[in-house]
Parts: sequence; structure tokens; C-alpha cells
Amino acid sequence: MNARAEILDRIRSALRDAPAVPEVPRDYRRSAEHGQEELIELLTDRLLDYKANVFVEDAAAVPQRLAALLEGTVRYAVPHGLDQALFAAADVHDGGPARRVTDAPGHRLGVGELDAVDAVVTGSAVAVAETGTIILDAGPDQGRRVISLVPDRHICLVRAGDITAILPEALRRLDGTRPQTWISGPSATSDIELERVEGVHGPRTLDVVIVRE
Amino acid sequence: MRIALFATCIVDAMYPGTARATVAILERLGHEVIFPSGQACCGQMHVNSGYFKEALPVVANHVKAFEAEEYDVAVAPSGSCVASVKHQHPMVARRCGDSGLEARAAGVGDKTYELSQLLVDVLGVTDAAAQLGSYFPHRITYHPSCHGMRLLRLGDRQLDLLRSVAGIELAELPEAEQCCGFGGTFSMKNADVSSAMLEDKTANICGTGASLCTGGDASCLMHIGGGLSRQGSGVTTMHFAEILASTLEHPAAVTGDVRLTTGRTAR
Amino acid sequence: MSGTFLGMPSLPVFGIGNLHEHEPFPKAARRELGNTQLRANLGHATRTIRDKRLAVVSELPDWEELRDAGRAIKESVMARLPELLEQFEANFTARGGTIHWARDAGEANAIVADLIREQGADEVVKVKSMATQEIGLNEYLEEQGIAAFETDLAELIVQLDHDKPSHILVPAIHKNRSQVRDIFLREMEGVDPELTNEPARLAAAARAHLRRKFLSAKVAVSGANFALADSGTLAVVESEGNGRMCLTLPETLITVMGVEKLLPAWEDLEVFMQLLPRSSTGERMNPYTSLWTGVTPDDGPQNVHLVLLDNGRSAALADEMGRSALHCIRCSACMNVCPVYERTGGHAYGSTYPGPIGAILSPLLTGITAEENNSLPYASSLCGACYDACPVKINIPDILVHLRGEDVDSKRGKKKLPSQMDLGMKAASWALSSGKHLGLVEKALPLGRLAAGPDKKITKLPGIAAGWTQSRDIPAPPAQSFRQWWDKEHQAPAAPADATGPEAPGAGAPGTIETSNGSTGPKENP
Repeated sequence: MNARAEILDRIRSALRDAPAVPEVPRDYRRSAEHGQEELIELLTDRLLDYKANVFVEDAAAVPQRLAALLEGTVRYAVPHGLDQALFAAADVHDGGPARRVTDAPGHRLGVGELDAVDAVVTGSAVAVAETGTIILDAGPDQGRRVISLVPDRHICLVRAGDITAILPEALRRLDGTRPQTWISGPSATSDIELERVEGVHGPRTLDVVIVRE
Repeated sequence: MRIALFATCIVDAMYPGTARATVAILERLGHEVIFPSGQACCGQMHVNSGYFKEALPVVANHVKAFEAEEYDVAVAPSGSCVASVKHQHPMVARRCGDSGLEARAAGVGDKTYELSQLLVDVLGVTDAAAQLGSYFPHRITYHPSCHGMRLLRLGDRQLDLLRSVAGIELAELPEAEQCCGFGGTFSMKNADVSSAMLEDKTANICGTGASLCTGGDASCLMHIGGGLSRQGSGVTTMHFAEILASTLEHPAAVTGDVRLTTGRTAR
Repeated sequence: MSGTFLGMPSLPVFGIGNLHEHEPFPKAARRELGNTQLRANLGHATRTIRDKRLAVVSELPDWEELRDAGRAIKESVMARLPELLEQFEANFTARGGTIHWARDAGEANAIVADLIREQGADEVVKVKSMATQEIGLNEYLEEQGIAAFETDLAELIVQLDHDKPSHILVPAIHKNRSQVRDIFLREMEGVDPELTNEPARLAAAARAHLRRKFLSAKVAVSGANFALADSGTLAVVESEGNGRMCLTLPETLITVMGVEKLLPAWEDLEVFMQLLPRSSTGERMNPYTSLWTGVTPDDGPQNVHLVLLDNGRSAALADEMGRSALHCIRCSACMNVCPVYERTGGHAYGSTYPGPIGAILSPLLTGITAEENNSLPYASSLCGACYDACPVKINIPDILVHLRGEDVDSKRGKKKLPSQMDLGMKAASWALSSGKHLGLVEKALPLGRLAAGPDKKITKLPGIAAGWTQSRDIPAPPAQSFRQWWDKEHQAPAAPADATGPEAPGAGAPGTIETSNGSTGPKENP
């Protein structure tokens, strides 16, 4: 018998008492009532707790905010689907669009190139206020998983309308088969005497720009 | 109310004062106490050590002894023995294939209460000083035993009763919810770990400055008291029933005849 | 549907690998207890995580409802396991992944090594994984000439020190910062000789050390926290980003996962991703979670494998009382609240799985009747703290007791002298199975009193009871048991005075108590 058949056979044999399949009680919260301002405030609080930097901006002010955040960077990466107009102010300020490298189908950035940039700017799919979690699902404005991983600084845009209160609400907005990265603050470790250190292998700085629409 | 006392084997043989205090409290409240004479032990030691076969006659005896009497409720001054009667007895019967005994054991278990449960939930005692005349002018601390806390969910019942005793001074025990390390035969099979747990418990007790540690389980108190005695701490242990039974006219003494610590130095 | 099993019931096939005690728990525990540095580190660490966990758990109004849902989901997974495995396999394969089935540790190791060799690689980067520790993958790969680099900081510390993990969440919990610095200075190539013992500096050294490895690795090996049957999706939960590096950068990804890790559907993840981080690190959410479904063209590894591991899980599943141990999501909450683990640390348990869950899971996977791992179920005072902390409500104390019963029963048929414990339990069974018997035994109480001597305490007992008296006295027994007092009171010709009412506290005979356990008469004041 091959391993597959044998393991399945063993498991069926182990279950010969035919244990009942219980009804799953889903009495936990599956949605929560929160106004948008409340959600912004809660998400901000949680992200600050994780030592992320948080900026709440009206949509019109986002280019200025990005320009400020990108000031001094020699090069930064963006996914091809992110609205290039967001960088209008950054382009005017500091050396023009040449600083920007775009990861696009047919023009993929290698890990060496990504390792050499100072920052990456991406969008996000959805956020969870209660846990301070931002979820990326590799949509065109977020790009491949690697681009938000290798650069040492991640500047992440979160649309206010994409903020949910609790995790079950967020998961209902997602397709589980897309590659996902859930981010709750910068990379961290508590492995040495349980003292939390932010920044190990992932981006050591996480800047979150919450965009009011 | 007619109340059947389950003394538990350790109280019956080693700490009769605890059972007598239980009788005294219930009779003071105007209830009739009976002692089913066939009773012996809940069998917890056997079950927890894996000796189910040997536990079966012990369980069967308990069920038979308490079925032989007419009463409204049964009570035991022990969280772990009550937990055993309620949770382990039907399980032992089931495991040994005796479904008749399983059902009867569940019936006895349903009528069995731990002392603070009975006092608070059934008999409505909220103020020991007013309702029982309890008086105990000592600085004490309290250890909540694991099975009362986690299997019976006694919460603060014992502590609240103690708080309402006249003259008492209750010192909070740090890390109170940590096990004292008794665990029945665990204290022998894993004597080193058990001793390490006990050391931390007795250090916390001594740190409170209390002259006595109370609780709801004679076995844990014997364990803690045994450690305090060996360390020559001068601190003793006493079941909370004895504190509730203590009155102005007949106060319980902190050190008595065979209290472990008698002022002698430890060896 | 899985259908009813109609074949010949097969005998349980137990697991092999790093699942065994190397010596009986009491002996190992005694040695570990002597390590004061370890005890101080562990005490600090477990207390810190305990407090953090309590704080974040108390924030959620629906924690108990989440636990109930978690338990029911896992129960349902176990009941439907064959069907869900087949469903998962179909979905994972349809999305470009390849599934391998491994009956035991040896088979899993060989599969992984072959896959690595197929890629022409002689080194791999690894994400912290319990399953690969269980099967001893690193050791096996080393024998095969393949270097496996652990990338989690704590795993890196342990690996560089040629040590073993002592905790499933923080494997280097037994080392303090200075010990870590010394290990790095000794073992890490090209490390700054001025390295201090600040955790931030140490973490930066690990980052620099592993960065080039990550960017050049061709093959990564991981475990998985969850696998969703309805989509074929795998999930890894982590903190440092080393997981993302391994799961995203190399061309080939090999995941090793126990068959019990399945969840039926996407919506079940909302339960477990609330339960796991809060129970394990005491955080609202862990910094990073990665989810992948087979191969995504142009994004991440293009050569994706999953090794589904039995290694004793089907044997554990066959134990109706014990099978819920397979619900474990490896959060480590049980060990952080366990008073035994807190004092002995993880090494005393021998197996990859320490603490309360290890004390049941290891013997369930290896079998207890082989007299392997048969001291582990006794490594607990049955205080129940683990059950309260478990996010999926595994009744660990009940399973410990069940396994003790299995151990005792397994020895009954064997031709050897009964142990002292056996004899004692037999005698006690006689004494405690009748009021008359106990009454007879109690007649001997004065003898014990005599033995106690003028100190009124017993300080040394022989045989198995010697463990008790190594740190505890036993009080001298009373001259009279409660039963004897009761009989005297109630069989006296004149019945005792009626119970006094509540309005007369303390008055009359029944209200009079004797607080000592001594020989004084029933009506004598203390």
C-alpha cells in the first residue's frame, strides 16, 4: 500500500467509533458597529502600540505626506498598480520620478534591487482596527509579496473605507486563495529575555498613512 | 434541612476537628446533620494515580453509603473530594463498564456540595459574624485550592465567608492561584518538583506576616502545613470551617494539641 | 463523506523521532531544578507572558465563545479527517502544489532530502517548525550533507549553541542576554567583536548574519499553522519576518505539516487567528502572517511542496479519550501557566513537545504501553491551570489521568513483582471501600501518634512515602477519628442536645468545637 492509502486507512480505522461531527457554535462577534472616525482612532492606537508611525490624511493631502516621508530617500519602489499621481509632490520636491523604481509584469525588480532601495510604498486590501492589522493580498496597488518585504522601510496606504472593526469582517472581504500578508506593526522579536525589539528581518520601519476619502 | 456529611477520609482520620466544625456550623443554622456510616473515601487518590480498577469499589461504596440514607443535600469540607464525587465517579463507572453505577453516581454527585457552596448558594450565608457568630481575631492568609477554584468554580465564596468573620485580618496571598504542589501521589512520584512548588507557596505565605494559612482542602493544608512545620516557620494551617465555627465564647486556638508547629525548632 | 470504516481495524502505528523522554521525568526534573539560572529565567519569562496573555484575553468580550467555536471546529476536523484531507489535497494540487504523504519521521525526512537534492541545493533556510523538530529533520539533513539554517532568532541561538529548544514559542527562553552574546561571539562568522548584550544589538547581528542567506537561498523548509481544506491554503504565523523571507524568496518551498492541522473553511481562520496570537505571545496579533495557496505565478516560490505527516497522529486519533490532544494549535499557553513546567523547563520532558500538552501528546504519539514516555503523564499535580488557559479547551488534566490509567493497566498483565505503589493502592482500595474497613484502620491511629513521638510530627517515612518527608512533616494522627467521636456522640444513651438555632451562635454542645485534632474530649473547650 502506498503511504497515502495507508495513512488514510489508519485514520479511518482510528475513527471507527464514528465520532459525531458537532455543530460549530459561532456565538462570537462576527460584526461590530463603529463609525469611521472611531475605527481610524482605534487602528491608530493599535498601530502606535506596535511602534508603527501613523499619519491620518485627507485624500488631497496624501501626495504632500508621501513627499515628506520620502524626502531624503535616494530610491524607492512602488508596485505598478499604485496611482502614480500620488507621487506628484514627491517628484517636484526631490529629484523627480527617477528616484522611483516600479515593479511591473515584464519588469520585475530583483531581490538585489529591492535590497538597495530605501523604502517601498504600497496600498493595502483591508485593515482590522481592533488588532492593528493591515492585510495585503497582492492586488495591483500592493504588488508581489517580495516588494513589501525586502526594503527596510514600508510606507503603507490604508483607505479609511477599508478599515473594519474586527477580524471576521475583514476576512469576509478577502479571497483566501490570493497570496496574503497580514502585517501588525514592524517586524519584531521577543526572543531574548522577552524584551521586545522592533525590526529583525522584515522592514524595520512601518509608516502607515490612513487616507480619509 | 437534613444534611448528609461526607467527612472525607483524610478529615475523618487526620483532621476530625474540621468535620466537627462543619457539623457545628450547620447545626447552628438549625439544620439536622447525619453521618452515613458506610462512607469511607471518594477514591480520588486511586483515580488520579491511574488505578481505576482499584477505585471502582471505593466509588461503589460511596454511592451505596449515600444512597442508604434519606437527606436533602450532602456536603463535604473539601473542594477536591466534591469534584471527585461529581466528575470522577461517573467516569470511573463508565470506564469500568458499569452504566448502572454511572447513573447512580451522577445522582449522588448532583446532591453533593462543597461546604462554601452549600453555605452561600443554598443556605444563604453571607455574613458569618451575624449568622454564625464567627469570631477569629488573627491575621491570616488564604490559599484557594486548585480543584475548588477550577473544577467547582467556587470563586470567592470561601474568601467572602472568611472576610465576614468578626475580628479577622486577612492578608492577601501573592500568587494565590498557584498550586501548592500537593497533587496526591504527585508529591511522592515527583517529590522534587512538588517540593519546589511548595517552597514558593510557603515563602509567599510567610511573606504575608500571617500566623495562619487557611483553605478549603485538608489535603492541601496538610501539605502546606507539613512544609511550614519542616521549615520551622511558626506559621500553621487550619481549615476555613474551623474559623467559621470559632466564636467569642469558644474561640479556636491557632496552635493546638497536634498543630504542626508548637514553637519547637525544626530539625 | 468519509463513510464508515469497513476494513480490518489496523493496529495503531506509533510515531518515531524526537518524541521520547531520555530518562524518567522525575530524574530529569531533579537535574533541571538544580539550575538556578534556568529557574530564574523561566520564572521571569512565564510570569511575563502569563500577565500579557491575561491582559489581551480580557480585552475580548467573546473570548469564551471563541474558545467554544475553536474546540468544536477542531472536533469536527478530527471526525471528518479523511474527507478533509482529500479535499485539501485536491485543492492544493489544483493550484500547482505537490503533496507527499509520510507515514513516519523517517519517510518525511527522506522525502524532504530528495526534494532538496532535486534542486541541486546543499543548503536550506528554515522557518521555525515543531513538525520538523519532531522528525529530527536538521540532524537527518546534516547526515545527508545538507546544511539547514534556522532563521528564527531563538532557533538560531539554540542551533548555534548546539543546544535544544526548551519552549515551543520562545525556544531559547532558558538563555539570558549575556549567554546569547557569548554564543554569537563564539559561533557567528564575521560578528562584530564589540557586540554588547543589548537585545536590539543582538537582533541586529542576527539580521546581518542571515540577510545574505535569505537573498540567495534556493530552497526553504517550513511548517504550517493552519491548512484550509476548502481552498488548499496554508498559513504561517510569525513575528520577525524570517518566515516571510523563507516563504517568499526561494524558488522552492517545502512545508512539513501534521495531518491534524487542517481547518475546514476560510471562515474558521477568523476564530483561530483570534485565539492563537493572544494565547501564545500575548499580543492582539502577531506581526506577520503569510497565506499561500499552491503556486501564484510570478509571486513567491514556483515549486511548492507539502509533506503530510502521520508519525503517530493516527494512533493518537484512535484513542477516544486522548484524541483531543490533536486539537493543539501549539500556542504554549499551557506551559506558561504550568507550575511544573515553570520550575523544570522544557528539557526535562525529553520530547519536542514539553509542558502539559507534551505530557499527553508525546505518549499518545509514541504509545504509552511500550513503557516509553510513561513517566510523562505523572508530571503534573493536576492543578488544572492548563485547561483554563487552553484556547481550544483541551481537557489536559482528564487526559493525563486517562493515560495514567493506560499505564497502570498496561503493566497488570506483565509478569513482574507489583510495585510498592501497586501494593499500596490495593491495600488502600480495601481500606477505603467500606466504612467498616476504614473504621478498623482508624483504630490504629494511636499507634501513629506513638510513632510521632513528643514532637507530634512524623519527619521520615520509608519507601515511596520518603518523597513526602524529604520536605514535609506529617502531623501525628489524632487520638480519635471523627467517626469514633460521632459514634460516641450519637450512640450515647442520652441523645445530644438539639441543634441550636442561628440566633444562638456558639451556644450548646454542637456549637462547641475543638480546633485541634487531638485527643481531648468532644465537649472540652480548646
